[in-house]
Amino acid sequence: MSITPLAKLTLGPILFHWDAAAKCDFYARIADECPIDTVYIGEVVCSKRTPFFERHLPEVIERLERGGKTVVLSTLAEVVLPRERKMTTELCAQSDYLVEVNNGAGLGPIAGRPHRIGPTLNVYNVQSMVHLASRGADHFTLPAEIPGNVAALIGAAARPIGVGIEVQVFGRAPLALSARCFHARAHGRSKDDCRFVCEADPDGLQLSTLSGGPFLAINGIQTLSWGYVNLGAELDAMCAAGICYFRLMPHRTDMVTVAKIFFDRLAGLSSPDEAGACLSALGLGPFENGFWHGRAGHLYHTEPEH
Amino acid sequence: MLRAAVEAGADAVYCGFQNATNARNFAGLNFTPKELQDGVAYAHTRGTKVLLALNSFASEGRFELWKHAAECGADCGVDAFIVADIGVASHLANQLPQQRLHLSVQAAASNPEAINFYCREFGIARAVLPRLLTITEIRNLKNEVDCEIETFVFGNHGLMVEGRCSLTNYAVGVSTNMDGACSPASHVRYERDATGGMTANLGDHVIDCFAPCDQAGYPTICKGRYRTPVREEPYYAFEEPVSINLMDMLPELIGAGVDAFKIEGRQRSRTYAGQVVGAFRKAIDAILAGQSPNPIDLIGLTEGHKQTQGAFLTKKWR
Repeated sequence: MSITPLAKLTLGPILFHWDAAAKCDFYARIADECPIDTVYIGEVVCSKRTPFFERHLPEVIERLERGGKTVVLSTLAEVVLPRERKMTTELCAQSDYLVEVNNGAGLGPIAGRPHRIGPTLNVYNVQSMVHLASRGADHFTLPAEIPGNVAALIGAAARPIGVGIEVQVFGRAPLALSARCFHARAHGRSKDDCRFVCEADPDGLQLSTLSGGPFLAINGIQTLSWGYVNLGAELDAMCAAGICYFRLMPHRTDMVTVAKIFFDRLAGLSSPDEAGACLSALGLGPFENGFWHGRAGHLYHTEPEH
Repeated sequence: MLRAAVEAGADAVYCGFQNATNARNFAGLNFTPKELQDGVAYAHTRGTKVLLALNSFASEGRFELWKHAAECGADCGVDAFIVADIGVASHLANQLPQQRLHLSVQAAASNPEAINFYCREFGIARAVLPRLLTITEIRNLKNEVDCEIETFVFGNHGLMVEGRCSLTNYAVGVSTNMDGACSPASHVRYERDATGGMTANLGDHVIDCFAPCDQAGYPTICKGRYRTPVREEPYYAFEEPVSINLMDMLPELIGAGVDAFKIEGRQRSRTYAGQVVGAFRKAIDAILAGQSPNPIDLIGLTEGHKQTQGAFLTKKWR
């Protein structure tokens, strides 16, 4: 029993501020127990968090590689400060590891060598993909809001030029970035004086509307959806459209089980409903797939595909 | 609107077509090709430039719309195109290589490396900077980039990195990046509650509530009020409804090497555009003539009658 030969599960970067021990434990389990092909690691959201985990990186990478995973280092999504520019350009200038570029700052130094394009670089059309591919990009993770019909057209154009297309299929959807830290603001502080309050919310801080319903999740300078993207029901159509890489975003849940749920779904061992029930049993939800169906992102669309 | 801005002394006016190809795709705004042609002719007789906004992201399957808009703009004789999408920029650089290109704030290029990438790849002549940099950062950046720079000085105080925000699409299914609209009026609804107060809704989501005596503001997600477990009272989680006004910082911005100042006007009235442009024209002319400008009060034209210097003044804003 194996999944479609081309289909691969990937693990996106941890977006939240988990302490170093939690990250090391997390990646140890992923390395040893998880049916995941590629793991993206590195701080994407806030440069202030990087010193905590930096010294563990070589060890974690080695562990993941020993577990048979391809490791890709993800760059920061927002780059303004001198240290952020230095981090990004240095990461993109080295050639020991594969890199996923999430900010235009990295595109110069990495040109001419194989690299990946992250979801914040806004590839919405074939022309953008082809331009970046001509400079060495060989793998693209599309923006979280990409509709399925658009992704399918990009997927069809990607296959003949040997480029991989990846889409997030699980986890809170990243919706916005700022220079301001909203976690610090919630606690009456500024970003420079944040005292890392974001560490208290390993899956983000809940924002509810005044009428009471949970709406968004705050993660430092990032805003995410409250609900969890779950494209378990769409995987078959995605495979058929040439989208072969499926990204699971890390949450403080049993991610090994989440990966197995998606692996079984891809292998045809479970139905979308069974997969959804297993994810719900982990306490996850509500689920969303609105973006993929060209509707409001917070919705879960259950109509059959035509 | 274009005439109001030209008459008030704008050096250049950004315009867009009536479709998804620009980031201000709102009903009642923007130009037909014929109107643009007339607008360019009028502006050029007054020595004013017309810049065409093609600064949304072309979702695959709709790319022809952007190509067509580019051709139309070139035929109308616009002076530059403003772009954000790498595919659109690549198309323009290849197909209309003689055209001047500006990099939109929607490209989210907030560092010299990113800006210089666009300069090298597509010959960008000017970059519009995100509204998230301090004046010190702008001064340093200017020394490291290969093009002119433009900053916003009045209008919406965009909280999120522009071109990287899907909040509207999350709430109502209209994408700011792909459809060119943030908080579209078609999805805005005001409701009066039993106490006479007003709620401002975007789609199914309550974005803010107002007491009977207050004027209800426009529901934009990043200017909304929310509850969170770590605070007892609802609060503006991102920013209060407020406009940016950098009138008092013009001398420093000029000193930092900013080549052009941008005033948001395309969602506003003719009177608004005329007044704001006129005020900034006067102030800039005075500064360039070595005089200190007379303070001009624009508070009546700001959102919620509140103004801020936002991120520009100090990192503490962050």
